[in-house]
Amino acid sequence: MSDHAENAGNETHGGHETHHGDYVRVWKVLLVLLVVSVVGPIVASAIEHRPTALAVTLSTAFGIAVVKAYMVVKNFMHIQFTQRFVPYLVVTMLVFMFLLFAGAAPDVMKSEGRNWVKPGWIAENADYRAHHPDGSAGGAH
Amino acid sequence: MATRPVEIREGHDTPGHHEEPSFFVKYLWSTDHKVIAMQYLFTGMFMALVGGFFSYVFRMQLAWPGESVPLWGLVTPAAYNMLITNHGAIMIFWVAMPVLIAAFGNYLIPLMLGCDDMVFPKLNRLSYQIFLLSVVVLFSSFFVTGGGFGGAWTMYPPLSGEAAYNNTPAGQTIFIVAVALEFVAFLLGGINFVTTAMNSRAPGMKLYDIPMVVWMIVIASIMFMASVGPLVAGAVMLIFDQTLNTAFFDPTRGGDPILWQHLFWFFGHPEVYVVLLPAVGIVAEVITVFARKKLFAYKTVLYTAIATGVLSFTVWAHHQFIAGIDPRMANIFTVTTLLISIPIAEMMFVYIATLYGGSITFSTPMLWALSFIATFLVGGVTGIFLGASGSDIYLHDTYFVLAHFHYTFYPIAIIGTFAGFTFWFPKMFGRHLNETLGKIHFWLTIIAFNGIFLPLFVTGVLGDNRRIPNHQVYPELDNPLMNGLREVATVFLVVMLLAQFVFFYNVVVSLVRGKKAEKNPWKSNTLEWTADSPPPHGNWKELPTVYRGPYEYGVPGRSEDYWPQNVPN
Amino acid sequence: MSSARPIATTRSASGMPTGRLAVWWVIASEIVIFGGILTSYVMYRLAHDSFAEQAAHTNTWIGAFNTFVLLTSSLMAVQAHKAADSGDGAKAARFLHYTCLGGILFILVKSFEWASEIGRGYTISSSPFWSFYYTAAGLHALHVIAGVVIMFIVAAAAKQYRDLHRVELIGVYWHFVDVVWIFLFPLLYIAK
Repeated sequence: MSDHAENAGNETHGGHETHHGDYVRVWKVLLVLLVVSVVGPIVASAIEHRPTALAVTLSTAFGIAVVKAYMVVKNFMHIQFTQRFVPYLVVTMLVFMFLLFAGAAPDVMKSEGRNWVKPGWIAENADYRAHHPDGSAGGAH
Repeated sequence: MATRPVEIREGHDTPGHHEEPSFFVKYLWSTDHKVIAMQYLFTGMFMALVGGFFSYVFRMQLAWPGESVPLWGLVTPAAYNMLITNHGAIMIFWVAMPVLIAAFGNYLIPLMLGCDDMVFPKLNRLSYQIFLLSVVVLFSSFFVTGGGFGGAWTMYPPLSGEAAYNNTPAGQTIFIVAVALEFVAFLLGGINFVTTAMNSRAPGMKLYDIPMVVWMIVIASIMFMASVGPLVAGAVMLIFDQTLNTAFFDPTRGGDPILWQHLFWFFGHPEVYVVLLPAVGIVAEVITVFARKKLFAYKTVLYTAIATGVLSFTVWAHHQFIAGIDPRMANIFTVTTLLISIPIAEMMFVYIATLYGGSITFSTPMLWALSFIATFLVGGVTGIFLGASGSDIYLHDTYFVLAHFHYTFYPIAIIGTFAGFTFWFPKMFGRHLNETLGKIHFWLTIIAFNGIFLPLFVTGVLGDNRRIPNHQVYPELDNPLMNGLREVATVFLVVMLLAQFVFFYNVVVSLVRGKKAEKNPWKSNTLEWTADSPPPHGNWKELPTVYRGPYEYGVPGRSEDYWPQNVPN
Repeated sequence: MSSARPIATTRSASGMPTGRLAVWWVIASEIVIFGGILTSYVMYRLAHDSFAEQAAHTNTWIGAFNTFVLLTSSLMAVQAHKAADSGDGAKAARFLHYTCLGGILFILVKSFEWASEIGRGYTISSSPFWSFYYTAAGLHALHVIAGVVIMFIVAAAAKQYRDLHRVELIGVYWHFVDVVWIFLFPLLYIAK
C-alpha cells in the first residue's frame, strides 16, 4: 500500500529531535503528587484553624495540579522540543482566559445590587434571609 | 523489523500527475483548495441573497407597518423576530465568515504562498462539508413547529433559554446547533490556514514577504480560534439549559444570564475584527496594484493588525454597558474601546498615504477598495460615541447602533468582498468582468447603501428603538419625520438589492463571453498572478521561488513599473 | 492515496513538522474551550457557598482512581512515541493499545460513578454545581472517547509501520486530555 512513505519529510524537515527521558520515573513522581493532592485536603479538614486549612487545601489541590500539569506538558508533550512560539501560544491562550475571568467576574460573582438580588442566591444564603425577612432587594447595602 | 520507511518522495517539489476526475469528484468531492474556495464563495453568496431577502421583508414592515409585503405576506411579530435574528446570524456567520475568510483564504493562501494546496486538503474538504451541513441545519430550523429562532442573533438568555419566552421551542436549539457546526467548520479551516501559512511558504519567502491579505486572514483565523472557545462551552451550556433543564443562565435557580453575555461578546467582539482584517488585507492588495505604489509602511500595517487582534480581546463589555455590569468595569472597557480605534485609524491613514502620489487607475476593484476606506471611516467614527459608556447609555439599542455597525460590516462583508471578487475574478475564472456594468453596479450599490443607513443614524438619535416590529404602537416614535426617514431607508434598500442583479448579470455574461484574461492582467507582483488563469490542479508546473516583497511597484531604474516576487532580478 | 498528499504538507518553513504544528494549534483552540467552561465554573464556585456542600457528595476516591488511570495511560502513550521514534511500529502499536485500554477503563469507571450519582438523585438539573459537574466532565469524556477512536486507527497503521509520526501526534493530544483532567479533578472533587 505504501512502499514510498506517506509521512514524507514530516520528521526530517527541521524540528528539534525529541530526546526521550526516563518516563517511568516521571510517572512515579506524578503518582506521589496525586497521593499528596488527595491526602492534603483530608488533612486540612482536620485542622481547626480555618485560614491554615484553606491554605493547605488550595496548595495541595491546586498548587500540585499546576505542578503535575507542568510535568506532563514538559516531559510527555515535549514542549521544550517544539519551536519557541508554542509555549508562548499556550501561555497566550491561558492569559486570554484570565482576561475573560477578570472582565466577567465582577458581574457574575455579584449576587445583589442596589435594587436587585439574584433569587437563586437568596435561597441558599441564610444570612441574607435573616436580615431581609420580606425577601426584598438589598437597598440598604 | 524495526525499520522506519524510507522517507523519499518522488519528484520533490513538482506536482504529481493527475488523471481527469469525474464531475462529482472534481467539483463536489474535491480536495483542491480552489474548488473548495468556490464552494465557500457561492454558498456564501447564496446565503447573502437569503439574508438580503430577510432584510427586505422586515424593512418593508418597518416602513409600511401592517401591510402585506410582496413575496412574503403579512409580517407577524413572531416572523419579524425570526427575520431579524436570522438576518444577523446569516450575514455574519454564513456570509462574512465563509466569503472573506474561507473563500478568499482558501483561494489565496496557497496561491500567494507559492504551494500546490493546503497542508491538509481532506480536512479542508471536511471543513466545507460541515459548513454546508450547518447551512442545512439552519434552514431546517425555519420549517419546524414555531419556526426559526426569534431571540436575536446574540441569543441572550433567558430569552433564548426558555421556549416560553421566545416561542420557538425547536428553532432555538437547532439554531445553536447550526452556529456550533459553523464554528467547528471554521476551527478546522483556521488550523489549516495557520499551519499552511507557517509551514508551506515558497522557498525564499520570508515573513515580511508574505502578502498582506494572507497575513490578515491568518491573524483573523488565530483570533477566531482564541475567542470562540468560551462561546463553544457557552453554547453547550445554553443547549443544556434549553433541553436538559439545567440552570447555567437561569437566575431563579442560581445561574447568571450576564455570564452568557460575557461568553458571547468575548467571542463576538474579536469576531468583528476577524471579519474586518481579511477585508483590510484585500484592500491593501487592490490599492497597491491600482495606485502602482509600494504599500506605505508594511510593518506598521502588520503590527497594527496584531495590536488590533490583541486589544480586541479587552473590549468586549462595551456591548453590555446597559446590561447592569459593574460601573468600574464600564470605565475600563470604555478606555480600551477608545484605544482600539488607534490601530484601525493608523491602518486607514497608511492606506491613504499609499494612495498619495500614486498613479491611480479607477477600475472597479479600486472603486470598491476606496469606498471601503471612506465608508469604514464613517463606521469607525460613529463607534466612538458607542464606545464611550456615557453616550452609549443613551444610544444603546437604537437605530444609531444599527447604522453604526452596518457602516462597519457592510464595508467589510459586502464592499470588501466585491473588491476582492472583481480583483481576482480574472484569475478565478480566466475571463474579465465587464467594466461598465461593474461601475454601474458599484455606484448603484454604494449610493443606495448610504441612502439606507444615513437616515437611520437620525432616527436612532431621535430615539428609535431596535427590535420593534411596529412603531405605530408607540406614539412618540410615530411621527412624519421618523416615518419618512424609515421609508427612505427602505426604498434605498430595495434599490440596492435590485442593483445586485446587475452584478449577477455581469458575472454570468462575463463567464460566457468575457474577454479572456491573460496570466497577469493587472501587472501585479504577487505569486498567484504567475499561475495560469484559472490555475490548474496543483497550481504550477514548477512551484515558484520568491526573491522579494510583494509590493515592489514603480521601483526606480527598472523598465517595468512592477517587479514580481518570483523574478530573480 | 499517497499521491493525494500535496507538496505543501511536506514543507516546514516554521522549523516544525506540519503535523506537530497543527496538533499544537488544535490544543490551543481546546485550551480556550475548556478554559471557557472552567472559568465560568470557578466564578460560580467562588460566588456560591452551596457549591462546596454539593461537591461534598462527589466521590474523591473514584476521581483519584481515574486520575491514576489517565496518568498511567499517558505513560503508555509516551512509551509508544519512544517506540515509534526508534522505528518499532509493532511496539508502538502495542503501547497505543495499552493507552486505549486506559481510556476505556476511564470511561467505564466514569459510567459507574455517574450511574451511582444519578441513582442518588444528583442529576444534571439538580443544581448549578451538578450541571457543571456533568457538563465539564462530559465534555472531557467526549475527548477521551475521540482520543481512543483515533488511537485505534493510528495503532492499526503503526502496526504496519505506516504513518509512525502520527503516534507522537495522538500522544500529544492524549497528554492534553490528561492535563485537562488533572485540573478537573481538584476542581470537581477536592474543592469541598
